[in-house]
Amino acid sequence: MPPTVLAEGLTKRFGEFVAVDGIDFKVEKGEMFGFLGPNGAGKTTTMKMIQCVTPKTSGRIEVAGMEVDGHETDIKRILGVAPQEINLDPDFTTLKNLLVYSRYFDIPKEEAKARAKNLLEFMQLWDKKDVNIEKLSGGMKRRLIIARALINNPQILILDEPTVGLDPQARHLIWDRLKNLKSEGITIVLTTHYMEEAAQLCDRIVIMNYGKIVARGVPSELVRKYAGSTVVEAANDPKVIACLKKMKKERYEIVGDTVYVYTDRPRKIVPTLVSICKIPNVAAREATLEDVFLKLTGRALIE
Amino acid sequence: MGILSSFKRPKITRLSLKVWQRNRDVFTKTYRVNFIPPVLEPLLYLFALGFGLGTLVGTIKIFNLTVSYKEFLAPALVSISIMNSAFFECTYGSFVRMHYQKTFDAMIATPLSLEDVIAGELMWGATRSLINGTIILIVVSAFGLVDFSFALLILPVSFIGGFLFAALGMIFTAISPNIDTLNYPTFLLITPMLLFSGTFFPISVLPKALQILALAALPLANLVSLNQGLTLKSLGWLQLYNLAWILIVSIVLAILSINLMKKRLIE
Repeated sequence: MPPTVLAEGLTKRFGEFVAVDGIDFKVEKGEMFGFLGPNGAGKTTTMKMIQCVTPKTSGRIEVAGMEVDGHETDIKRILGVAPQEINLDPDFTTLKNLLVYSRYFDIPKEEAKARAKNLLEFMQLWDKKDVNIEKLSGGMKRRLIIARALINNPQILILDEPTVGLDPQARHLIWDRLKNLKSEGITIVLTTHYMEEAAQLCDRIVIMNYGKIVARGVPSELVRKYAGSTVVEAANDPKVIACLKKMKKERYEIVGDTVYVYTDRPRKIVPTLVSICKIPNVAAREATLEDVFLKLTGRALIE
Repeated sequence: MGILSSFKRPKITRLSLKVWQRNRDVFTKTYRVNFIPPVLEPLLYLFALGFGLGTLVGTIKIFNLTVSYKEFLAPALVSISIMNSAFFECTYGSFVRMHYQKTFDAMIATPLSLEDVIAGELMWGATRSLINGTIILIVVSAFGLVDFSFALLILPVSFIGGFLFAALGMIFTAISPNIDTLNYPTFLLITPMLLFSGTFFPISVLPKALQILALAALPLANLVSLNQGLTLKSLGWLQLYNLAWILIVSIVLAILSINLMKKRLIE
């Protein structure tokens, strides 16, 4: 069984700019695989190369055992794509959007109607079936985009920022549905910059920065590896730094007014800081994927 | 992109018909609005120019025939409508679908290729010309301005001619930085063509050199000449030339428009 998506040395250049810089990854059948990274890291370009829309510059990319170049139509038939940008058809209603889209896949009319009904019910949109797209909320549009991506019963679902800009309720509904789809055996590849989303959903992730993969693995293991169990935060003060230096071996990072200590022994560090070095306002919290992300991609704002 | 790759033969499949169907569905949804301009516009021209100006002009000599100004004007009105329908559908209409609605992006995420999408758009543009051309043919026939020996051939001609203007429009859509710059081809190409293609006065009153230039270079001049031959029942070598010109140029422009669009949308 070949991996569902296989990339080796995959590269995309736009003129001088290297958007994706020789990345390797494998997505296995049935897993939920996440691409994390700040804006401009190359996630969307990678998705577009998987979807056979953007041609690669060099390297290799295969989907379901097929070389992308030359098998575009065959690959696109088994792919469901939910893009980051809402590109629903504003001229049609919710239901008609699915029906028109189903024609692009040669799905017979009756079959398309049955599938559209199922999908709208699955995404809690059936009572909006006759509503024009413009009257839908952001969350509804996102759900409809995902429903549309499922109209051809895809083997692989590609989701580019599936919950961007949504309120927590809408986000949780989508997460719930994606878990459902995964349990049905669909391979899901998604991009996100919500760490909680990746931690909640993904079996494995890669973190991208400037077109390269900077870390990969199971989310919880990445947290342990890069951030330890706990993050201790204190004010950026020479006293704090001096205190930390005395303890040795503690990994810390200074960002602006705050010092972040990544550690597996908070019970030792916190009392030392507070009691021995007399540092006020020390906080300890569980390390998250966000710490890994910020550590690897830098805490400075990337424009 | 070199010159040769601009004329590379595109790979178009039957899936392009799905794009045509999508546009048809939008059109039929709003058909009431869609039918008003094509009926109203020729009526305005016909009254202002045909019944107004025409009474001053009297008769016109064309193809060795002497006809009333209204009879002279009728095929030109059909031709102008064919031009406008496809050109505006594939400039402003296609630009909105491409740029604002991202309809093309949604389509190429399915088995459709960009070649299929653009081919479908061009066929739809030609269909708009067929629809509007038919409506106007009915309108001018109602005034008895058309000899029906050959006039029904205007229907296929309006599709073919429409395809020509669809392809021309799509080229501008592919190279236009934004929707406002689409005004340039409208004012610098379509409007002059509307006036100097043997539409409101016969091309024969122009200096010989300009007559040759018009028939060698202007799509509308060829379409008007062909349609005049059809409605005035006067077909000759000129009309054969017009038809051949339209067919060849529309194929070349269609290929060019697809390749330019690929260059614009697929990096």
